[in-house]
Amino acid sequence: MAESVWIIGTAMTKFGRYPDRDTVDLASEAALAALDDAGATMADMQVLAAGCLLEASAMLGQRLQKQIGQTGIPVYNVANACATGATAVRSALLAIKAGEADMALAVGVEQMGKAGLLGPAGQARAKPPGFTPSGRYGSVMAVEGILGTGLMPGVFAQAGMEYASRHGGVGFEQFAKVAEKNHAHSTLNPLAQYQKAFSLEQIMGAEMVAYPNTLLMCCPTGDGAAAVVLCSDARLKTLDPDVRRRAVKVSASVLTSDPYVESDTAQPDVSTLTKQAAAQAYESAGVGPEDLDLVELHDCFATAELIHYENLSLCEPGGAGDFIDRRGPWRDGATPVNVSGGLISKGHPIGATGVANLYEVATHLRGEAGDRQVDGAKVGLTHVIGLGSACAVHVLERAAS
Amino acid sequence: MPRVALAVVGEEGKSRRIPVVDYLVLGDDPHLVAKACRACGALYFDRRNACARCSGRDFDHRPLATIGTLRSFTIIHRAAPGVPVPYVSSVVELDGGGVVKANLLEAGTDAEKIDLGMAVKLTTFPCGTDDEGSEAVAFGFVPA
Repeated sequence: MAESVWIIGTAMTKFGRYPDRDTVDLASEAALAALDDAGATMADMQVLAAGCLLEASAMLGQRLQKQIGQTGIPVYNVANACATGATAVRSALLAIKAGEADMALAVGVEQMGKAGLLGPAGQARAKPPGFTPSGRYGSVMAVEGILGTGLMPGVFAQAGMEYASRHGGVGFEQFAKVAEKNHAHSTLNPLAQYQKAFSLEQIMGAEMVAYPNTLLMCCPTGDGAAAVVLCSDARLKTLDPDVRRRAVKVSASVLTSDPYVESDTAQPDVSTLTKQAAAQAYESAGVGPEDLDLVELHDCFATAELIHYENLSLCEPGGAGDFIDRRGPWRDGATPVNVSGGLISKGHPIGATGVANLYEVATHLRGEAGDRQVDGAKVGLTHVIGLGSACAVHVLERAAS
Repeated sequence: MPRVALAVVGEEGKSRRIPVVDYLVLGDDPHLVAKACRACGALYFDRRNACARCSGRDFDHRPLATIGTLRSFTIIHRAAPGVPVPYVSSVVELDGGGVVKANLLEAGTDAEKIDLGMAVKLTTFPCGTDDEGSEAVAFGFVPA
């Protein structure tokens, strides 16, 4: 097996809204803090991977270098929907695995502003002057709202309801309980965009967006950045004892895309590729779901988190409703899920998300998570989904002391 | 590969009806038509280059059943401007093959009264007119 890769530095900005800063400012803040955390400088970095979905063609990595250290190293600018940040991390990790670098920086950033829950697709459609079939479906007009919905809140609602159609004990209340948990968890995370608890009644009574997802069950738009410094096994051995003590091992790094399923004709499948990524990650890391002390998974909507309990094997097949009913994913439950507050409350600046969840898990494994610390955490898992679809799963382990 | 014929009813310039997507066939018996992979049978609604499942390159047109099962739904309350809300978006498994997304009609917008797994059947409805008076026709599903 190829040598291990380690996280030796990590940082994130508080997620929120930064109208007076830009993506380069946010990425710089996270990158410099991660370098400081690693006791390293840009001069040590031999590769840089940068993820920023909305500026995917704008050379974010190079613009970042021009602010913090322009050293001529290879830069990968990465886009992979909501898996963008995790894909950047994996790109940097692969360079180390390939022996091209022994230290690397990965940064994820996004500035979404108040884009609105529906994003650019939520704009009014223009009336066509004349009907002419065009595009891959020979459509004569925009069909959003005419042939169902393809916007995120509805797509993930339908993914959750599809699970409910196959398994008993899953309904509006179970989905709402996911949001109740994540909002409650966020009150302990000073870096979360929102830090406010809501009762189940408040969540179920909030504005309905796409049943069963109310507004409090949808992640917000926002701004933020996160970064990790990665290091090879051989290089780690040469570093300061304090850096080695705080190093976190990347036991698995897996990226999958969605394999063919019959229902692709209706909407993208977010489950099969997650199940496959999880299976590969558990095998690669030599751990099972029962070994996990915490999980940060992609709760873009409450309906998504619930189905991923099963996709990541955190519960028995068909048991996701029961898992949340018995508080299994709460911070003091069987497998704490999204103790950061998750996307629903910590926030979801797209490119930053898949790096920020590594920050969260690594911080717990180092025992440095403050009030929200999961005591004695040794192993954790991160998961992101980019609709379309891409799935990244990482397993992290505390350094043996 | 033959192009899917546009089912246009009426003469030139008069009450022209056109399907909103080319996989909807209008006429006396409105139905959906899929491209079916000749090698593995996988079904598609979009223009194809090859099969996503087996990479086969030859396709036949296959008319699909007009009855099926409600596999999932959501009730949309917040939508783009101009889209009337609330409406029900649904995923339907057609009998004999094919999974499709469309609006669920005539079932109300009370989630408690929409049964996952219920039988549904295809219907059509006008969804817009252009400057030349042509009428676009969409499909949806109603409880069977």
